[in-house]
Amino acid sequence: MYSLTSKQIRFVIKPIFFLGCALPFFWLLLAIFNLLGQRLGPEPITEIQDHLGIWGLRFLLVTLSLTPLSKLTGQFWWLKLRRMSGLFSLFYISCHFLNYISLDQGFAWKYIWEDILERPFISIGMIALLLMIPLGITSTKSWMRRLGKKWYSLHRLVYLIAMLSCWHLWWQVKLDTLEPLVYVVILTTLFGVRWYYRSR
Amino acid sequence: MLIKQKSDISGSEITPERVYMNRRRLLKSAGFFGAGALLGHSANAEEIPGNYARLNNVSKSIFSTNESPNSFSDITSYNNFYEFGTDKSDPAQNSASFKPKPWSVTIDGEAEITGEFSLEDILKPHTLEERIYRMRCVEAWSMIIPWVGISLGDLLKRFKPTSKAKYVSFETVLRPNEMPGQRRRILDWPYREGLRIDEAMHPLTILAVGLYGVDLPNQNGAPLRLVVPWKYGFKGIKSIVRISFTEQEPYTTWNAAAPYEYGFYANVNPQVDHPRWSQARERQIGGGIFEPKIPTKMFNGYEDQVANLYSDMDLRRFF
Repeated sequence: MYSLTSKQIRFVIKPIFFLGCALPFFWLLLAIFNLLGQRLGPEPITEIQDHLGIWGLRFLLVTLSLTPLSKLTGQFWWLKLRRMSGLFSLFYISCHFLNYISLDQGFAWKYIWEDILERPFISIGMIALLLMIPLGITSTKSWMRRLGKKWYSLHRLVYLIAMLSCWHLWWQVKLDTLEPLVYVVILTTLFGVRWYYRSR
Repeated sequence: MLIKQKSDISGSEITPERVYMNRRRLLKSAGFFGAGALLGHSANAEEIPGNYARLNNVSKSIFSTNESPNSFSDITSYNNFYEFGTDKSDPAQNSASFKPKPWSVTIDGEAEITGEFSLEDILKPHTLEERIYRMRCVEAWSMIIPWVGISLGDLLKRFKPTSKAKYVSFETVLRPNEMPGQRRRILDWPYREGLRIDEAMHPLTILAVGLYGVDLPNQNGAPLRLVVPWKYGFKGIKSIVRISFTEQEPYTTWNAAAPYEYGFYANVNPQVDHPRWSQARERQIGGGIFEPKIPTKMFNGYEDQVANLYSDMDLRRFF
């Protein structure tokens, strides 16, 4: 079967994928500064917050879909995008958290602490972010080598993180659970594909 | 009761103070980027689109706040009106084909005079008043809105409620053809709300027919909606077609949907948190991204006027 060369992956696929991943962030910058006709609505802070969180979750799902994609298509270069996609997810989620403590809460630690401890949906989101950090740190080749088999066990946490993230979104919507439901269905499908290939 | 000074400038002529302050802040850091969400939005009479009919003979009210209102565009583009969709921008986008005219309201239940009345007949004996009120949403954001409306109490008295009338319930129109949100059973349509009779009779409680001196836009609950400024915004039922006097506490939609999160009373109370978020502070809409949250006031700042209605009640239990 035709396969991409490592040069094509490095100089074509990866840069395109990088730009794609960065697009939601560029859009956000345009909207914040009302450039190119893009704008945020009357409550910009909540919009920034939701935008960053949703894209963090989406890239988490993209990361999880790359292995099933490579199995389904028989093309292994998809796997080379997992690290970038995962790091972008971590980037969006970190911005989501930073926006929450800065613009949203105005560094009012008393309220932030109360939120994290007392509001289950925020506690869950916080746990998901904390779990993502070691995965981000150990995402390099040298860490892979250093951890050996343990690296794979550690990075299986991504499944838990994805479930917690969907749960976090589900719990924070007021009533209309259609969008979180879509993500849960996608996540379940991805699990299903993996299970299918594993059990074959 | 707190009596505030009359202001002879109408709400529509004032630039919100916080917008003004933001402009100053931006000018100070001139040279740094453009405007965008860094700034709030300004409010001017000129920005009100001409297709809204101007309301005549609107008198001022001592109940209006001195705070400057949000812009017309904020008030009409950031709405919770699930009948038109659950996104804040949905009501403005999906309500163009809604027909608020002709309109009639059924008045029934424990009253001497009942029946179906045209909106014109309902409003005729009353003087329209501008009431600039704070509006605090249960989602912890707030606006200041220059409503135009009539006292609900004055209206209700005309129908001579009997001694059995302990509560008043309200119902929104059911028109799935014109209200796309009603085609999904997110809530138990039609939307219903209710007040205790003394809350309904309180001078602060109004039925609004307009804002910024013009007819109520569809996305704000045309042609007739409830405004109870010391309660969370969801109590302000929109596009009302039925008002009933009842002996029992009426069914209310959000309370039925999530009884642990939304009570019948829904009084603004910074000490009683929503199970999923704090109610201690609120975000004022229109301030831009560097605007800090402000502390929420008991009864949304109307404590002096309404606290006596609840003097013997445990507000944690009756939230």
